[in-house]
Amino acid sequence: MTAQLDLAQQVLDLVRRLGGTQLEASVSVDRYATALTRFANSFIHQNVADDTTTVRLEVHAEGRTAAGSTTLTSPEGLRDLVARTCEAVRLSPPDPGWPGLAPPAPLHGQGGYDDATAAASPQERAARVRAFVDAAGGLETAGYCRTSSWHGAFANSAGQAVAASTTEAAMDAIARRDGSDGVARQASVRLADLDGSVLGARAAAKARAGTSPVELPPGRYEVVLEPCAAADLLSNLAVWGFNGKFHAERRSFVELGADQFDPSVTLVDDPFAPDSPGAAFDAEGTPKQRLVLVDAGTSVAVTHDRRTAAMAGGGARSTGHALPGERPFGAVAFHLRLLPAGGAATGEPDGVVDPAAAGLVGGVERGLLVTDVWYTRVLDPKTLVMTGLTRNGVWLIEDGKVTTPVQNLRFTQSYPQALGPGAVKAVGPVASLQPSGWGLLWWSAPALHLASWNFTGGASG
Amino acid sequence: MTQFDIAEAAVQAALDAGARYADARVMHRRSESMAARNGDVEELSQEEDAGVGVRALVGSSWGFFATPELTDEGARAAGRRAAEIAAASAAVPGPAADLVPVPVSTGSWSSPCEVDPLSVPLSDKGDLLIHATKLMREHGADHAEALYRIWDTAKWFVSSEGHRIDQRIRECGAGIAAHAIGERETQRRSYPSYGGQYGTRGWEAVTEMDLLGHAPRIAEEARALLTAPECPEGTTDLILGSEQLALQIHESVGHAIELDRILGWEAAFAGTSWLDLSRLGELRYGSELMNITIDPTIPGALGSFGYDDEGTPASRRYAVRDGIWVGVLAGRDSAAVAGLDYAGAVRSDGWARLPMVRMTNVGLEPGPHTLEEIIAATDDGILMDINRSWSIDDRRLNFQFGCEIAWEIKNGRRGRMLRNPTYTGIGPVFWNSMDMLSSEIVAWGTPNCGKGQPGQIGHTGHPAAPARFRNVRVGVKG
Repeated sequence: MTAQLDLAQQVLDLVRRLGGTQLEASVSVDRYATALTRFANSFIHQNVADDTTTVRLEVHAEGRTAAGSTTLTSPEGLRDLVARTCEAVRLSPPDPGWPGLAPPAPLHGQGGYDDATAAASPQERAARVRAFVDAAGGLETAGYCRTSSWHGAFANSAGQAVAASTTEAAMDAIARRDGSDGVARQASVRLADLDGSVLGARAAAKARAGTSPVELPPGRYEVVLEPCAAADLLSNLAVWGFNGKFHAERRSFVELGADQFDPSVTLVDDPFAPDSPGAAFDAEGTPKQRLVLVDAGTSVAVTHDRRTAAMAGGGARSTGHALPGERPFGAVAFHLRLLPAGGAATGEPDGVVDPAAAGLVGGVERGLLVTDVWYTRVLDPKTLVMTGLTRNGVWLIEDGKVTTPVQNLRFTQSYPQALGPGAVKAVGPVASLQPSGWGLLWWSAPALHLASWNFTGGASG
Repeated sequence: MTQFDIAEAAVQAALDAGARYADARVMHRRSESMAARNGDVEELSQEEDAGVGVRALVGSSWGFFATPELTDEGARAAGRRAAEIAAASAAVPGPAADLVPVPVSTGSWSSPCEVDPLSVPLSDKGDLLIHATKLMREHGADHAEALYRIWDTAKWFVSSEGHRIDQRIRECGAGIAAHAIGERETQRRSYPSYGGQYGTRGWEAVTEMDLLGHAPRIAEEARALLTAPECPEGTTDLILGSEQLALQIHESVGHAIELDRILGWEAAFAGTSWLDLSRLGELRYGSELMNITIDPTIPGALGSFGYDDEGTPASRRYAVRDGIWVGVLAGRDSAAVAGLDYAGAVRSDGWARLPMVRMTNVGLEPGPHTLEEIIAATDDGILMDINRSWSIDDRRLNFQFGCEIAWEIKNGRRGRMLRNPTYTGIGPVFWNSMDMLSSEIVAWGTPNCGKGQPGQIGHTGHPAAPARFRNVRVGVKG
């Protein structure tokens, strides 16, 4: 038994003693240790770490539900958590949507874990920052190197008891020259996989190639989205499209069984993808498993927790996507992969184009190469029209060659429409793991060659 | 052992491990939230977290470590770890780090609170949300949501310079939203703001909102929006309600005047700023009607405090005066780099996060008009209000906002309701086009400002009033 599972069982015992055996209860214990070495103007300016265990308790009794959490894991702290949550459940309004506890079920796998990453020192992170800065060859640099570990456990009064661990290492940084930024970004389960020199050189090459950009008129352009940019499509499809709550409420564009995407699009939520961090169970204790959301262009599933599944009816079951303490937000996939076309990367990487996108540029007669996007927000969830801006490098592609750097552009674009039938001209052969700003989440995206992207404003408005 | 003892132990351990400056924040935060949906409670959660965060300066390098172990040994270990991390930072060193002098403060401060929000019975709070969502459903909402959130934070700050400060800040607020689902799109109306309106106040702030009184109206408006004409594309005079203008201030002024962004410290993530320090005191940011203050002393506003999270007493200053950029949001280290003599805008999202430059209350001083006068003075324009989407570039120049609702303004009168209103522009061009500003100031609270790595959520306040902007591009479509 892990330390976290032992703690979870202690809390369950306290619930039985203080609240009575008639209570239904579930306990999550999460120990997150995060260390992040951050640099700007080519020096480390923020360097932080914390190691925190949070205990979360949910209690259901006589048709009412309440939840509470604490970081105070002393006997007094746990007793207080149990006492106030049991008190709250008696005073809270009725909860007719209570879906019941997750039944006992074994895990389907474990996310990636690396002891060396869990134990990584600030010196190891600083060494990668040093390598990135040096590889940028004197350009101004900024970004971070992060290592994280999670040890979690879940137990409930229905007999479910599971524990799991995972680690993550990520580096995300830019090089800058004369107002031109280039980015390199990578995540893995192992810190050893991150090479600051490679990433620094890639970011610097983009920054050097992006100086003196021209302003292009807004309009519809063919685009090649590099993996950094393509990952944004995945995160928003997961939150607004394949979220079982929004789907049940008819706020999502998703129609199960419909050919809503190009046949080249297959989307899979995969917490056990190789070399990837992954949580093996969700906040309700439901084991996670590989879930295909889009199969060769056809929408085939949405993500559910127990409550959204009950809301959806029709035999829907939890897919293991409950979020801790975020029930109004629905159920969301956070290990989403857009499957690459496969095969080896082709084309001639020239330092400007991400190797994952090199083979796609040759197929563009006139279009734009987009490295990254920024500050994307949904205008309407039903159509999933998003607005946002390009960032960290845009270039004009003419006759299959990258020709001219371009100033950043604003876009207003429906994401499902951009990936719709016939809209995807090519999917890159390899995908890369893109870290999230919020820790152990990730998106795995290949480069995409899309027929049309609606740019609605230029640098001057 | 008191909380001050724990903080002092952490600071002393950092100094003993080689730090030339150290500070520590012990924080104990209790929070409560409830959400209701379509007549039922969807979630009730009561959370508690406590711990100590230690910041150590070794040479020119910073380190930070946080732990929930509130014991003498736990605090000392955290202080040592902070110093160790700072020493590792020296592998990629920067220029000498200094701190601008501030008065060494010892004191206490509490936010005003008439009705302790955590003491209001859960059943009363639940009944309010349930009733509001039922009312919205009865008046045409396909989905009705209501929520409240409460934070009660106690903190104890100690520095190696002698600061010894304790504060208790209680924040709360609430909101309701109605969704109408059409064949091809959804419409939403919310009150007072989507996700709620918040302040450093007690439950009286929620009572004053009269959520039940506004529930029928917003449900009916959400339903009506489904068949309202689309906001036309073009360039027109734009009148913004105060809630939307508050977010406009937040995004295109508040973030732009953060000194860490101006110095490039956020370049890789949140971004930089279009502002150049060499032009502080002379750059025209907007029209002469534009007077923006940085003011954490506003009673009840969400960004208020007695001292910031590095011990600087709250004080008011101008960021923009008569349209000229004159001030920034600064911390002690960033101010020293910039050659400024003031700080006071450093805050952390709890004990486990590094204090960093954050907004406090950044907002407009009142203008000479009223909304009705602005409408009456407008021959052809659009009035938009209540934010629905927001996006701005990494230099805080190029923005595009969507609002929940708009109305045509023709010949000085409010006309048809319009759906899917959006507007876009470039910050200083937009602010220079402001030619009418109302006196009807509301201190809007934004409890979801993301910044930093690891991510931090900030609570900021934005006094704002309706205003008119000339020749703005509206109706951007996907």
